Amino acid sequence: MLLSLEPRGQQSRAMLWLSPLLAAVLTLLSGALLFSLLGHDPLQTLHTLLIAPLADWYGVSELLVKALPILLCALGLAVAYQARIWNIGAEGQLLLGALAGSAMAIQLIDWDSRWALVWVVLAGVAAGAAWGGLTAWLRTQFNANEILTSIMLNYIALNLLLFFVHGPLKDPAGFNFPESAMFGDASRLPLVSEDGRLHAGLYFALLALVAVWVLLHKSFLGFQIKVLGLDRRAAGFVGFREKRLVWFALLVSGGLAGLAGVGEVAGPIGQLVPQVSPGYGYAAITVAFLGRLNPLGIVCASLLMALLYLGGENAQMTMNLPQAITQLFQGMMLFFLLACDVLILYRPRLKWKWASLPVLKKVAA
Amino acid sequence: MSSSPSVPRLQLSGISKRYPGCLANDRIDLSIAPGEIHALLGENGAGKSTLMKIIYGVTQPDSGEIHWQGEALKMRDPAMARSLGVGMVFQHFSLFETLSVAENIALAMGAAAGTPKQLEPKIREVSQRYGMALEPGRLVHNLSIGERQRVEIVRCLMQDIKLLILDEPTSVLTPQEADELFGTLRRLAAEGCSILFISHKLGEVRALCQNATVLRGGKVSGHCVPAECSDLQLARLMVGDAEGLESSYPKASGGLPRLRVDDLSWHNADPFGCTLSQIRLEVRSGEIVGIAGVAGNGQDELLALLSGETRLPRNEHARISLDQQPIAHLHPDARRKLGLAFVPAERLGHGAVPDMSLADNALLTAFQQGLLSKGLIQRGKVRALADQIIQRFAVKTPDADALARSLSGGNLQKFILGREILQQPKLLVAAHPTWGVDVGAAAAIHRALIALRDAGAAILVISEDLDELFQISDRIGALCSGKLSPLAATAETEAVEVGRWMAGEFAPLPPITSPLAAPAAHLS
Repeated sequence: MLLSLEPRGQQSRAMLWLSPLLAAVLTLLSGALLFSLLGHDPLQTLHTLLIAPLADWYGVSELLVKALPILLCALGLAVAYQARIWNIGAEGQLLLGALAGSAMAIQLIDWDSRWALVWVVLAGVAAGAAWGGLTAWLRTQFNANEILTSIMLNYIALNLLLFFVHGPLKDPAGFNFPESAMFGDASRLPLVSEDGRLHAGLYFALLALVAVWVLLHKSFLGFQIKVLGLDRRAAGFVGFREKRLVWFALLVSGGLAGLAGVGEVAGPIGQLVPQVSPGYGYAAITVAFLGRLNPLGIVCASLLMALLYLGGENAQMTMNLPQAITQLFQGMMLFFLLACDVLILYRPRLKWKWASLPVLKKVAA
Repeated sequence: MSSSPSVPRLQLSGISKRYPGCLANDRIDLSIAPGEIHALLGENGAGKSTLMKIIYGVTQPDSGEIHWQGEALKMRDPAMARSLGVGMVFQHFSLFETLSVAENIALAMGAAAGTPKQLEPKIREVSQRYGMALEPGRLVHNLSIGERQRVEIVRCLMQDIKLLILDEPTSVLTPQEADELFGTLRRLAAEGCSILFISHKLGEVRALCQNATVLRGGKVSGHCVPAECSDLQLARLMVGDAEGLESSYPKASGGLPRLRVDDLSWHNADPFGCTLSQIRLEVRSGEIVGIAGVAGNGQDELLALLSGETRLPRNEHARISLDQQPIAHLHPDARRKLGLAFVPAERLGHGAVPDMSLADNALLTAFQQGLLSKGLIQRGKVRALADQIIQRFAVKTPDADALARSLSGGNLQKFILGREILQQPKLLVAAHPTWGVDVGAAAAIHRALIALRDAGAAILVISEDLDELFQISDRIGALCSGKLSPLAATAETEAVEVGRWMAGEFAPLPPITSPLAAPAAHLS
């Protein structure tokens, strides 16, 4: 064997930081190769994908707008995944948050008071948490696998949303388009600055970031969640209540996804539409792992994911690149990031063939 | 093939193996003749396991040569070792938990040996011949530690075997069973099979083995004939200094009752598990009560009931009480708050979280000792506690950030025991406290338990190591098929009697009379 991997015995601190850099270099190199094989100027394509979207403040604010829902969902997922509770249902929890928030906003459409926004956000969070709680109930009561139940609940949530947007919540004055009425100004999230669409959801995200960081790194509750994830028997041995922790993790996870959903409808969109989410809840799964379930890592990963979304759209519009190519590029980046993580625990070593020859000779003798 | 008596069955010369950060084997020479029973002695971490893995083909040496019956060869993998006739009983079992006993044995023996169904009669026959009861259809994950080891031994005995390697095989047997196993091993040796026997129990090494090789720190520290060496000489070869290796402690009689178990019966829903019936037990402050028994006779069930991992319904909450307070319905953390501490049988995965640091593992059970403030972890205090445990109990580790799984068994056990002792428990329940732990660490653990006893705590030790129980406990009893024998003062009984209890030969308890009836009154 020419190249072999040896266990390091412990994590390499240097590689913890170097592995993402190495992955970035490898992605850029193979991306450039891919684009030049397709007959595009590699540098210009990479520029269009990765740099052009951030050329001005509007671009940056769009990046943040895209990153916010991913970040919120991924933070919640990190809490659940630390407990090894594989919640795949962030998408459904997000959609339900958007649906409940919209229903509330339609009810309060004539309010002038800012309390309208409070009620809308609370409705969204509560609905997302309830949808996550459904998974928790099925798991703790019937021992149903949360991966399956949360995926199935995603489809139920999507169809509930479609039903309401085509039916009870459809705008009577909307020429029969499947859309709700525009929300009242009192229930919209205010903009952070005059330019762009960046909204006050940013503050929610920052708050959630700090809260999840304190929960996972400072609090005893977070410690219990980690012990449950790493070693269920040890958790039982010291009396951590598994059922309560499962409920907590899924409620937090669902609540944050619900917040992401209501942030979308009360923020950039302003009404309920069928395409609330282009798959933010699924992207958040990748982002949570890419950020190594660490809140700060997740911030970086969600910004990266948002950049890839924006860059892909940009390349489609300006260079006529098919979307499949940009998805391929995203896939390569994820592949290299995960592959380079091997180096954290393993040391690559080149072995020359002749090194093992003397032993063979002796066996033959 | 030349197999005259002068040619050793197995000869190792100059075997070295380096792992990242340690030299596990340093130029080791070892020679075993046909029909010889050879002991390999050494502390945990001395390199015994690595050497055995090299012989069995699990790992390859960096340098050195292996001669099998006079021929140099390279042991490529365990399959090759098995085809040569090498059998191995690992200390850490290599069994598939979701498969049955027969399926595990069939897997190890290869397709040629037949299907699991076809093997069942032979498994029954071998297990009966060697007195190791084993039901081929049971799933391995339902088996206790001791029963799993039986699977491993039986698996080796089913092959046509030339060299059998046993890693601490007697730790789960009653003295009588161990004697039977020794008979078997002697018979195997007389038939020409070589045996490499790894044990910490110096007495049985002396009784069984013709030659011994002692390892220390990856090197051979001496060869000797065990029959001509004293325990102290052997121990010195193994650990270097013989400080604190004394083998007897003064007995104590105890004060007020701390733990009371009152006619505790518990039905096990697992058809292969053990149902407890009418366990009656009392542990007083300032004494150590030892419970012997072969694995799978209700130890796991009793331990789970004592720790709180299994709880009784509220109307039976007085079945177990601590200082007159009923606790049988309480969660483990509530019991800890009342002064219970617990050392489970499995260190990694039960007593400690393998992938967490020692500091986090200190927090794991000590979180009610003022390490939290408003739900937040006081990192400084946790760290100080972990450092204190490491220092007071001489845990060998770089620092408190080391992962639990990076420590050797003995060191981790010292850490776990230290963690419980520093919480100043009123009652300590310890399961197999020195299982697979080297002589030096075992002595340190025993001293710590005695010191805790003398400080007034009540201690309950459940162990399969009868020598250990006689050494440290003040009263002793045995579990068999979920029933507890009467307890007797250790000084007034002997191994043979406890061995009979372990086999179930004791009179059933009389109906309850006085709660404080002297334990000696129960003796038949």
